[in-house]
Amino acid sequence: MNKEWKPRIVAFFCNWCTYTAADLAGVSRLKYAANIRVIRLMCSGRVDPQFILDALSKGADGVLIGGCHPGDCHYVEGNYKLLRRFQMLKRMLKDLGIEEQRVRLEWISAAEGEKVKRVVNEMVGQVQKLGPLGIPQKFEEWDKEMEHFATQVAEKDAACACACAERDKPALATA
Amino acid sequence: MSASSKPKIAFYWCASCGGCEETVVDLAEDILGVVAAVDIVLWPVAMDFKYKSIEAMPDKSITATLLNGAIRSTEQEEMARLLRRKSQFLIAYGSCAVSGGIPGLANQFPREQILKFNYEDAPTLGNGRPKTRPQLKFAEAGREVSLPELHNVVRSLDQVVEVDYYVPGCPPTPKLTKAAVTALLEGKLPPKGSVLAPDIALCDECFRKKTKPTNLSITEFKRPHQLLADPDLCFLAQGVVCMGPATRSGCGSQCTNGNMPCTGCFGPTSRVRDQGLKIMSSVCANVAPKEEGDIDKVLAGIPDPIGTFYRYGFAKSMLRRKVNLQANGK
Repeated sequence: MNKEWKPRIVAFFCNWCTYTAADLAGVSRLKYAANIRVIRLMCSGRVDPQFILDALSKGADGVLIGGCHPGDCHYVEGNYKLLRRFQMLKRMLKDLGIEEQRVRLEWISAAEGEKVKRVVNEMVGQVQKLGPLGIPQKFEEWDKEMEHFATQVAEKDAACACACAERDKPALATA
Repeated sequence: MSASSKPKIAFYWCASCGGCEETVVDLAEDILGVVAAVDIVLWPVAMDFKYKSIEAMPDKSITATLLNGAIRSTEQEEMARLLRRKSQFLIAYGSCAVSGGIPGLANQFPREQILKFNYEDAPTLGNGRPKTRPQLKFAEAGREVSLPELHNVVRSLDQVVEVDYYVPGCPPTPKLTKAAVTALLEGKLPPKGSVLAPDIALCDECFRKKTKPTNLSITEFKRPHQLLADPDLCFLAQGVVCMGPATRSGCGSQCTNGNMPCTGCFGPTSRVRDQGLKIMSSVCANVAPKEEGDIDKVLAGIPDPIGTFYRYGFAKSMLRRKVNLQANGK
């Protein structure tokens, strides 16, 4: 593995708890790994599983989701909705060949700036150990089986086109 | 080759079951109108044509090709590329061509495992016969013959060549087929890349919609064989996974009319990128429990989430394939 490689982690934080906690971590001058890119959503219940797999399929090495503790959701039920989806998503990710540590859900309240720091650092460490996920590269690698074949077809077509031209010459002349 | 000026139409099949071909025949008497209006230049399931005569045709000389089936072998890829070049319009016809379909579920397994099972380990291969795999090439008396090779990845048609229109369904209905052919012949086509079916969820046309609960709360999932389903009540209200909310309408809700839940063959509407994740998100968010353990117990009622949520769309899903599989068959 490349020594220079640093994981890229996309984080979805809810506006009311975890994003505020990240803010708190900032004003408290707590330092955490700079590998996460935070996207603020109004609620963890807004996290569509499509967001998570979209991030991974476009090159993220991990996804972190932060929401209010159970019972504390600003919208009452949003975090439960996410939790239920997440339980199924974990099973699906396993079937899809993605390591469990790459997608993590944490409840972090607005007062827990310290927890943001701990969770982010822990996750960056774990993903660093797992190495790059590199799904865009995998797509390219998978499609090489067609690149190879496309060349073959092009060659065959070129040969056929010549042969056809030869064959059709007299016919065209008489027509 | 016929010198007639009628538009030329080709039908071709790739990795598919033949059900899509059946739908063309299901046009019944209407097929006579189609046959009268067009010249069929290729239809391997029903008529005898040679690939060589397609190769000899000028590019774009076929008005439209309706291609069904996923692209899974070198031969299918070759034909997809050939028909693309020879056709003005290439139409992905049926779930497999649109989104990989049932064959797309093979993207969960390495090619080697699939070949080994089918040629060596399947119980039906018994009777003491040697477990041999076909050779890809064989030469005798200076002549070499070859067989198509299985790709590692099952692909939808548009993952191989450019596609002009999509007709979804497993299989597409005769009604949609007729509408698509009519639109083609009359030149009344929507913008390129359109799916030739209504862009709204199945629930919109399902007669059970009025019984769909506003607040769904699922305490137990049941699979269709595990209950005597109420013939009038929304399947989700009965704890049966119905893909209707995440599936395009246009099928005439045949399954829900027949007391079976929607399995999602029409694919997602234009607002959804990944049908499987969208229905998973919706269905799972509506289970009743709030504790991890209890949630898992309810969700255990869906034993095969990939096969359930991605039944027809795995090849076209965001990840396309189990991501830790290699490109070399392993």
